[in-house]
Amino acid sequence: MSRLTSLLGGLVVIVSANVFAEYGFNMTQGVTSISRDIYGLHMTVFWICVAISIIVFGVMIYSLVVHRKSQGVVAANFHESTKAELLWTVVPIIILVSMAIPASTVLIDLEDTSKAEMTIKITGHQWKWQYDYPKEGISFISNLKQDSKDLIYSGNNRHKNYLLEVDNNLVLPVDTSIRLLITSNDVIHNWWVPDFGVKQDANPGFINDAWVQIDEIGTYRGQCAELCGKDHGFMPIVVDVVSKADYAKWVLKQQTAKAATLAKSSKTWREEELISLGQKVYNTNCSSCHGITGKGISGVFPALKGSPIATGDIKKHISIVLHGKAGTAMASYKNILGDADIAAVITFERTAFGNQMGDLIQPVQIKAAR
Amino acid sequence: MTTATATAHTDDHHGPEKGLMRWIKTTNHKDIGSLYLWFAFTMVLIGGAMAMVIRMELFQPGMQLIDPQFFNQMTTMHGLIMVFGAIMPAFVGLGNWLIPMMIGAPDMALPRMNNWSFWILPFAGGILLSTFFMEGGAPAFGWTFYAPLSTTFAPDSTDFFIFAVHLLGFSSIMGAINIIATVLNMRAPEMKLMDMPLFVWTWLITSFLLIGAMPVLAGAVTMMLTDRNFGTTFFDATGGGDPVLFQHIFWFFGHPEVYIMILPAFGVISHIVPTFARKPLFGYSSMVYAAASIAFLSYIVWAHHMFSTGMPVAGELYFMYATMLIAVPTGVKVFNWVSTMWRGSMTFEAPMLWAISFVFLFMIGGFSGLMVGIAPADIQYHDTYFVVAHFHYVLVTGALWSIIAATFYWLPKWTGKMYNETLAKVHFWWAVISVNVLFFPQHFLGLAGMPRRIPDYSLQFADFNMISSIGGFAFGASFILFTYIVIDCIRNGKPADARPWEGAKGLEWTLEPKAQYHSFNTPPTRALIEKESQNS
Repeated sequence: MSRLTSLLGGLVVIVSANVFAEYGFNMTQGVTSISRDIYGLHMTVFWICVAISIIVFGVMIYSLVVHRKSQGVVAANFHESTKAELLWTVVPIIILVSMAIPASTVLIDLEDTSKAEMTIKITGHQWKWQYDYPKEGISFISNLKQDSKDLIYSGNNRHKNYLLEVDNNLVLPVDTSIRLLITSNDVIHNWWVPDFGVKQDANPGFINDAWVQIDEIGTYRGQCAELCGKDHGFMPIVVDVVSKADYAKWVLKQQTAKAATLAKSSKTWREEELISLGQKVYNTNCSSCHGITGKGISGVFPALKGSPIATGDIKKHISIVLHGKAGTAMASYKNILGDADIAAVITFERTAFGNQMGDLIQPVQIKAAR
Repeated sequence: MTTATATAHTDDHHGPEKGLMRWIKTTNHKDIGSLYLWFAFTMVLIGGAMAMVIRMELFQPGMQLIDPQFFNQMTTMHGLIMVFGAIMPAFVGLGNWLIPMMIGAPDMALPRMNNWSFWILPFAGGILLSTFFMEGGAPAFGWTFYAPLSTTFAPDSTDFFIFAVHLLGFSSIMGAINIIATVLNMRAPEMKLMDMPLFVWTWLITSFLLIGAMPVLAGAVTMMLTDRNFGTTFFDATGGGDPVLFQHIFWFFGHPEVYIMILPAFGVISHIVPTFARKPLFGYSSMVYAAASIAFLSYIVWAHHMFSTGMPVAGELYFMYATMLIAVPTGVKVFNWVSTMWRGSMTFEAPMLWAISFVFLFMIGGFSGLMVGIAPADIQYHDTYFVVAHFHYVLVTGALWSIIAATFYWLPKWTGKMYNETLAKVHFWWAVISVNVLFFPQHFLGLAGMPRRIPDYSLQFADFNMISSIGGFAFGASFILFTYIVIDCIRNGKPADARPWEGAKGLEWTLEPKAQYHSFNTPPTRALIEKESQNS
């Protein structure tokens, strides 16, 4: 019954125009020269298809209306014409060549990453993105925002950017030619921001490149476009494009923050601090596989509740979080999380889900184990 | 059972065996054809039920019914079952039923192998479906099962999936060998190749595609198997392999596979349109050459599925040009069908309605196919709902449409009875409207940026998803009516004429109203072949 109401409600919504909908019928023109070129190609080919279909469907519909037995028409008997066959072989070839020329130009431009002024490295993980600024020494992980996660299973007031918001946005300067190096740490992902006209596979063990030069300041959103497992639908991309001056300020702020994080790892933490940080880290990084309640998914992702690692040797526990487990989906978190985060999450895992080990792991222990 | 063609020493004194053993032991092409068709129909219902689950979950934003892992199992199994369980067996079923009758042969060339190639299928399908009940669940890595998601990161049940694919491959290859042997060796001695009806031609060409493509698929899954269990690293960079290699191998199979599912459809349409236009097929020989060109091109365009994998630009250019070329022979086919209709004397019985809508809707799928073939534009289309819309327009309103058209067209010959034309027309309009409500909005979703294979989406995609789901439920329900019409025809249909369609040509229509269990025990004469030829 509630299904029926929502269906009828849905129809009303369609008629009255949903308040949230920015009705997307067509491809975005985007904010880079490439995305505009792609849009231009798309529309050119689209209108050519429309023109051809008007002709072909027109002839067909005319025939369907006029050449009917019920109209008393007697069938003709022609069934061959080499001229006609030649005509409809050659004309399409000419049309295709006229499409292929501009398409080749755009393709060659799109693939030429040689003129970049800066480089960003993008790494796909199940199910988050890692962004590295090699020259600036900045590195962070970008997860789906908790706000959206909370609304997936129980939401009545999902907001405009539901599923398209992350905890740490990628920040890029405007009017700068940027090379994107794209790779993956586990399965194949695909980094796609429609407004940039960039969609590039992230292949484990290989590095792909692409480039962007964004013309307008603003926030742009995209998603992973290659099926990468359970939470493929939940690893969005958000890019803040800022002025060059703001970008410089942001870089400085990140570098200062990094120093502060390093300082945190040398102090001794209290239990409540570790548990509360650990829970946060767990929900962001671990819960999509091992589950919010630590039960995992039978046959796919092991449970942590009562597991031999979470209730066994601390060293083994630290090692598996740091280095991952080869041949499985368990990734290495060595370069993803800081000492404090890893210490906190291990403490949490050994305390929560009824594991009750009561161990306290300090960041210095992690530092030593690295 | 006396017939004009089987008068002298006939084998008809032993008719079909009674009971279940008839179907298990049968070597009769008509029985095996029926088995294939009923199997495919069952699989359409199972795969369709999965599509209903998908559309229900996508009805609104948020996860309401299932979890993301199960959603991925649904999309994966829906694709696998529809491709390997429904469309392909349905065409083999049509081929089994029709090819011997169309070429004046008494049966298939290798009847015992024919029995085997069918009976492998239920076991393969059963193994595939049984993975739902295993730990870790059914395959959840998409019907294209890209490594390493399907190797290192997949549950143990994946090995059963690999075994099922191997079995399906055996079945298809044996089916293809049988059709080639039948067409080349069992054809009526007086029938030249260029006398053959187009359905026979397209199936002959399809058989060569199957023989070329299925072993490549077998290779891909075997490499997966050894990567998973025996320490090889074909698709794992840490051991010197390459995950993109998997995609090259898969699509070297996968693209010919696309034409395996559409060439026989072209054949079916080339029978139905001339019949109801009461006019010979326009450009018979160009239809044959076009089908052969499409088959050839299908082997050299595979990487257009991979424009975003990071191929070198020269490779991308080549695959774009080769792909665009396919539009030429495909265009020839459409223009020939339209020319066949032109100045015909058309009537619009159910098979014709399905065939005409095939031409319209397949062309829409063809246009979106041309668009996704443009490499730079494909950067924006790839792996979005635009692609989902594209391949459902060619596979549902293309391949499946032709199967339904063929069912109505040849049902009188299979059963000796006529279906209810009024109900069939209601069914047609119901299906053709709902299928467009289902798939057309998916073009918009894709262009607006909705990736495929996601279980939940942001609000900007909500409205078109809801429309699409409503269309989906209506289209799903149309199969209830279809089932009723077919069963009603078998049980209560009025007796049909031997040639129920005024303009129909072809040797099959010279048989009894319900084609006798053993037909063409003596081959048809040259005069009869010429009279019934499409190439007149």
